[in-house]
Amino acid sequence: MATFKDFRNKVKPNWCPGCGDFSVLAAMQRAFANLGNEPEDVAIVSGIGCSGRISGYTNAYGFHGIHGRALPIAQGLKLANRDLTVVAAGGDGDGFAIGMSHTIHAIRRNVDITYIVMDNQVYGLTKGQTSPRSEMGFKTKSTPKGSIEATIAPLEMALTAGAGFVAQAFSSDLKQMTHLIEEGLKHKGFSLINVYSPCVTYNKINTYDWFKESLISLDDVEGYDPTNRMMAMQKLMESQGLVTGLIYQNKERQSYEDLIAGFEETPLVKQDMKISQANFDELVAEFA
Amino acid sequence: MIKQLSWKVGGQQGEGIDSTGEIFSTALNRLGYHLYGYRHFSSRIKGGHSNTKIRISTQPVGAVSDDLDVLVAFDQETIDLNAHELHDKGVILADEKFNPKVPDDISARLFSVPFIKIAQEVGLAQMKNMVAVGASSSLLGLPLEAFQSVIEEKFSRKGQQVVEKNMQAIKEGADFILKETGEPLAELTLEPSDGKKRLYMIGNDAIALGAVAAGVRLMAAYPITPSSEIMEYLIKTLPKFGGTVVQTEDEMAAISMVIGANYGGIRSLTASAGPGLSLMTEAIGLAGMTETPAVIVDTQRGGPSTGLPTKQEQSDLNAMIYSTHGEIPKIVIAPSTVEECFYDTIQAFNLADKYQCPVIIVSDLALSLGKQSVEPLDYNRIQIDRGRLITEADGLKELANSELFKRYELTEDGISQRVIPGVKNGLHHVTGVEHDQVGRPSENPLNRKQMMEKRLQKLAGPIDFQDPVFIDAKHEEADLLIVGINSTRGVIQEGMERLEKDGIKVNHLHIRQVLPFPTEQVEPLVAKAKKVIVVENNATGQLTNQLRLHVGMLEKIKHVGKYDGNPFLPAEIYHECKELFAHGHV
Repeated sequence: MATFKDFRNKVKPNWCPGCGDFSVLAAMQRAFANLGNEPEDVAIVSGIGCSGRISGYTNAYGFHGIHGRALPIAQGLKLANRDLTVVAAGGDGDGFAIGMSHTIHAIRRNVDITYIVMDNQVYGLTKGQTSPRSEMGFKTKSTPKGSIEATIAPLEMALTAGAGFVAQAFSSDLKQMTHLIEEGLKHKGFSLINVYSPCVTYNKINTYDWFKESLISLDDVEGYDPTNRMMAMQKLMESQGLVTGLIYQNKERQSYEDLIAGFEETPLVKQDMKISQANFDELVAEFA
Repeated sequence: MIKQLSWKVGGQQGEGIDSTGEIFSTALNRLGYHLYGYRHFSSRIKGGHSNTKIRISTQPVGAVSDDLDVLVAFDQETIDLNAHELHDKGVILADEKFNPKVPDDISARLFSVPFIKIAQEVGLAQMKNMVAVGASSSLLGLPLEAFQSVIEEKFSRKGQQVVEKNMQAIKEGADFILKETGEPLAELTLEPSDGKKRLYMIGNDAIALGAVAAGVRLMAAYPITPSSEIMEYLIKTLPKFGGTVVQTEDEMAAISMVIGANYGGIRSLTASAGPGLSLMTEAIGLAGMTETPAVIVDTQRGGPSTGLPTKQEQSDLNAMIYSTHGEIPKIVIAPSTVEECFYDTIQAFNLADKYQCPVIIVSDLALSLGKQSVEPLDYNRIQIDRGRLITEADGLKELANSELFKRYELTEDGISQRVIPGVKNGLHHVTGVEHDQVGRPSENPLNRKQMMEKRLQKLAGPIDFQDPVFIDAKHEEADLLIVGINSTRGVIQEGMERLEKDGIKVNHLHIRQVLPFPTEQVEPLVAKAKKVIVVENNATGQLTNQLRLHVGMLEKIKHVGKYDGNPFLPAEIYHECKELFAHGHV
C-alpha cells in the first residue's frame, strides 16, 4: 500500500522558502495515502498561479490547466472516470476572481470532487497585486493607496450556493489540514477546503503570526454543530471568516453523479462506446 | 404536372408556423419527395413575423428557390412581406378572417379560406394549421392518407379523438379548395415521386446523431442559437447509452469540461456559435498545447458581437483558423450537406484522437437548421479509431520512483502515446506551460524548439480526412470555377446549371477541410479555370483570402459576398457570375 512518500516526487518546488503551500502539498499527500489511494488513482487538476504548480509536485496524475478553469476541467475528468479521486487546486485569484463563476456553479452542481484553495490574499506569481481576498486598504502594486473594494467571503458564499462540505485550514496546522482534506475526499459530492496559506513575500499583513493570533479552531468551540447551516453562517459572519475546522457538512445531499438518471457506477471510460445496429436503427427511425 | 414547387407558410411567431411546416413536409418526405426547408425566424419567443419555406421536388434539392408557388398566410403581414416572391401563376391561401388583400402589383391568385371557422366547427381554432395543410394538399394533388401516420405520431398520446379531429380538419380544408377549383390545379400538381424512403433532418440533428455514433457519452454546452438543437438531441438521447449533458455556466466551462473529459479518456464535445467560440478560444489553445483531443462544433450565425443571432452568415472562419494565441495544431472541417454533418462528426472524433488536437466542425445556420431529405445513413460506415490511446497498464514498463511516462515522447510523426489517468505505470504531467517529454515544465530552448516542431509536425502532411474537398468538375478547362463552403453547395449547383445552359463552362469546388488547407486538391482546379468566384456569406472574403493565401493567382480569384442575413438564392449566383463575364469584374 502506498505511503505519503509515494506521492512525493523529486521536483523541487519553485515556491519561496516559508510559503504556506508547502504544508498544503504535504497534507494532501498524507491524506491520499491515509485513505489508501495509489498514485495512479489520483488526479490533481490545478489552475495558474504559484499554487497551481502543486499538481507538478505530486506523484500522481496531474493536469495544470489555464487560469480559473481548474474546476470545469476537474468536473469533466470526474464525469469521465468516477473511479478516480479528483482534486482541483489553485489560489484565491484562480478560484475567487477569474474562476469565481465556476466555483459557485461547481458548488451548485455538486460533482464529487475536492477543491483546495490556497488563499494568501494576494497575487504572488505576478509579483504582488490585490486579490478579491485582500482586505480593504491593503496596499499592493495595483492598489498603491490601498484596496477600495470589499473583500469576498468565499465560505459564506459557498453556503448560500448550497455547498455540502465547507472547511477551512491553516498552513501551520498540518494535522488539522490533513484531517480536513481526508474528510473532504471522503465526502460524497463537492467539497471546498479553503486554506490560509500565507505569502511570505508579498503579504506583510496576513502573516503566520497574524493568523495565529486571529484564528479560532472550531474543534475548540463547545457546542459547535457543523451540520447546522445557520450556525455555520453565523460563526463565519461573527468571526469574519477567521475560523479553522469543519464549518459545514450535509451528508444527505446527493452528488451530481448520483442524480443523473441512468448514470452507472461503471465509469464512462470503461463502458463500450459502440452502439449496436439495432440501437442505431431505432435512433434513425425518428427522422423517417 | 410539375417536377418541383415551393410552398411557404407564414404568420406570427408562436402560432404554430413551425409545426404546420413540420407536418406538411414530413408527410411529403414519406411520400418520397426530396425536400429542402428553411425557417425565417427572429430572436424572440412570441410575436413577430416568422415563416417556413419548403421546396418540394422529384429530384434532390439543396437550396431555397428564387420564387414561390404557394403562400399560406395567417395574417396580412405575411402577404405583404412575401407575396413578391410568388410567380404569376402562384397561389395565396389566406384566412378569410383578416380579410386578406393582395398588393396591386401581384398577379397571384388568392383563395380566402375560412381556416379558423372550419377549425372551430371541427372542434378547436388551433386546428387552423391542419385546415391549411389540407387546403395546400388538394392544390398540389396530394393523397390525404399521407398525413395519417404523421398526425397519429404527433397526437396519439392525446387520444384517438384528437387524431380524428385533426384528420377531419385536413379533409375539410382539402374539400374547401376542391370546391373552389373543381379539380387540382395542373400548374401546381406534382409529378409522382420515386417513393423511396429517406430521412428528413436538420444539420444539427445529424451532428448530434454522429456524436452518439462516434461514442460520445458526455456533452458540455451553453445554450445558443443556432446550435442548441445539438444539445437538446443529446439531452434526450445520451441517457439511453449511460451518458449525459451538462449545461454549464458559460462556454469557457463547457470547453474546459470537454478537455477534462477527453483527458479522462472518453469522447466528449461542445457546440456553440460565434460568441461562444470567442469565449472558448483560450481553452482551445490549452487543448492544442496539452495535445488533448477536443471536438467543438461552431454553427455560424450573423456576427459580429450578438450580430444577427437567427440569420445566416459564414464569418467565423478567421476566428476558427487564427484566434488562439500562440501556434497550435488544429483541424477545421466543414460539412456541406446534412449527410456529411453525420459522417464528418464521426470523422472529427477519429481525427481528434489520432492527432491529439482540437477539431472544429464548422457549420452555418442554413446547414444547421435547414431541413433536408437525406439518403439512409449507413451503420457500416461508423468506424471508431482511438489512435495511440492507452487505457490499460498491460505492456507499460515499470516506472521507478518519481519517474514519469513519456506522454510527449518525440516521434517521427509527432504523435505520442496517450495514457489516461487511472492506468498504473502511466503517470505523467500535463500542463499548458511548455514542457518536456514527460510533461514537466521546461524553458530549455532546444526542448522548446523540439516540442513546437513535434506538435506542428502532426498536421504537416496530408491528414486522414476522407473528403477535404467536394469537386464537381465536368470541364478540363473551365471558364469559371465557383468555390463555396458549408450550406451554399446546393445553391451553387443550381446556379451552375443555369450558367451552363448559357454556354459557360463551370466547375464547382466546395472546401470541406478548412485547416490544414487542402492546397494540393484546390490548386489544379484554380489553375485550370479562367476565372474563380468564391461565394460566401460574409463581407470581407474570409474564404477568398484563404484561397489567395494558399494558391496565389490573386488576379483571377474574385469574392462574391452576401451578408444581409439571408442565404444565397440560385438567381443571385447566376446573375453575379454573368455580371463577371459581361464586365470582367464582379
